[in-house]
This record gives sequence, structure tokens and C-alpha cells, in this order.
Amino acid sequence: MSGLRTPLSRAKGLGSARTGSGHFIAQRVSAVALVILIPAFVWMIARLPDLSYEAARALIASPAGALVMLLTLTAAIYHMRLGLQVVIEDYIPAPVTRAGLLIVNTLIAAGLWLTALYSILVIAA
Amino acid sequence: MAPNPSRPLSPHVSIWRWHATMASSIAHRISGMANYIGAVLITAWLAALAAGPETYGVIEEVMAGPLAILVKLALFGFTLSLIYHLLNGVRHLAWDLGLGFDPEGSNLRSILIFIGAIVITGAIWLLAGGLI
Repeated sequence: MSGLRTPLSRAKGLGSARTGSGHFIAQRVSAVALVILIPAFVWMIARLPDLSYEAARALIASPAGALVMLLTLTAAIYHMRLGLQVVIEDYIPAPVTRAGLLIVNTLIAAGLWLTALYSILVIAA
Repeated sequence: MAPNPSRPLSPHVSIWRWHATMASSIAHRISGMANYIGAVLITAWLAALAAGPETYGVIEEVMAGPLAILVKLALFGFTLSLIYHLLNGVRHLAWDLGLGFDPEGSNLRSILIFIGAIVITGAIWLLAGGLI
């Protein structure tokens, strides 16, 4: 349909960035993973006898506990980075603020994921 | 020129009322952002747990003190937000398959998802007797 675009529109070069499908699919794939993982995650934590150091350590130190934690937090942090990116793109039009928030979103997600990963592995090892 | 009354009016921003579908759509975004904060708290909890009994002792102290009720309320809110986002998320996946676009059914499902999220969250907290 490019023939219908005005010369000004073509010169500005705005429009599809041609990378949206990947984002869309990644959001859905991580959503499907979370539909399975979140119930397991919630069930595991709800069944803790209490939130004491010993009980919490014992949960994360168990293979099932460590695996569910690793899988859930990996899928969740990935999914929420994609989700918040859409929210930022929807509501923040100012280019510098938008780019800044998108960077912060990515850095927070990466930092959270590595912190969770490291913590779980330290406890489970 | 006088406006032709048979032509459709463009939507007017200030004239609207709440719809179940609209509320559920907005709640999906808000719960998504709340879950982001929840993930930060879960990660902080894991980091404290990995750091050792002294660091984790701060959490145990808070949970034994007067602020515990606030933490539990926040955790209850996080559970509600998580379960709501999960249920409504399944609906988003159904939409991606082209299912569930009828107006009456959409309204009903919006209301059922709100009720379901509250019921399931209540059930989880009853199950989690040790944490209350």
C-alpha cells in the first residue's frame, strides 16, 4: 500500500518498525509458559508452613522448588519486560523520556533476573 | 451549515460510562504493573534468603512486628493481581485464537473473571494458613 502514502509520510519514514511480530509472539509464548508455571509457583509458596528462614531455604534448596522458582521468574521477568515496554510506548510520547524509560525497564528486568538466578543457585547449590 | 442528524457522531471523549469489558482491560494493565512490583519484592526476598540468616532476620522481624499486617495486605493484593492477570491473560490467548468476541459473552466473562480472581485468591490464602 506504499503507493498511497504521501511524499511527506515517506520522507519521515515512520510506520512499522518491522520487528513487532517477534515481540507479539514472545509475549504469547511466555504467557503460555506462565499459565503453567504460576499455579505451581503459588501452590509451592502457599504450602510453606511459615515464612521462617529454615522453611524458605528448605523450599528453594529442594530440586523442585529451585526449578519452579527459576522457570517462573525467568518467564515472568521476560514477560513483564515486554509488557511494560508496551505500556511505556503507549503512554510516553516524549522521545527522550520514552527511550530513557525503555532502557530503565530493560536494565531492571536484566538486574532482577540475574539477582533471582544468582540467589536461587546460591541457595540450591 | 446545520449538522445532518442522520450522520453518525464521532465519539466524544467526555461522554462515556464504565463497561465490564473496559474495566477488565484497564485492570489487566494495572495488575500487570502491580505484578512487576511484586516480582521486585519476590527477588528481594530471594536475595535476602541467599544472603543468610542475618539479612533474612530483618524480614522475620518485620513479620513479627506491627507492620506485618501491611506486608500481608500487600501480599494479598499481589496474589489478587497475579491471579486476575493470569485469568484475564488466558482470555487474551483465547482472543488470539479468534474466540470470545461476542458482546454479551465478553461482559459476562469480564465479571466472572473479577469474581473468579477474588474467589481463587481467597482460597489460596485459606490454603496458606501457615503464612497468615
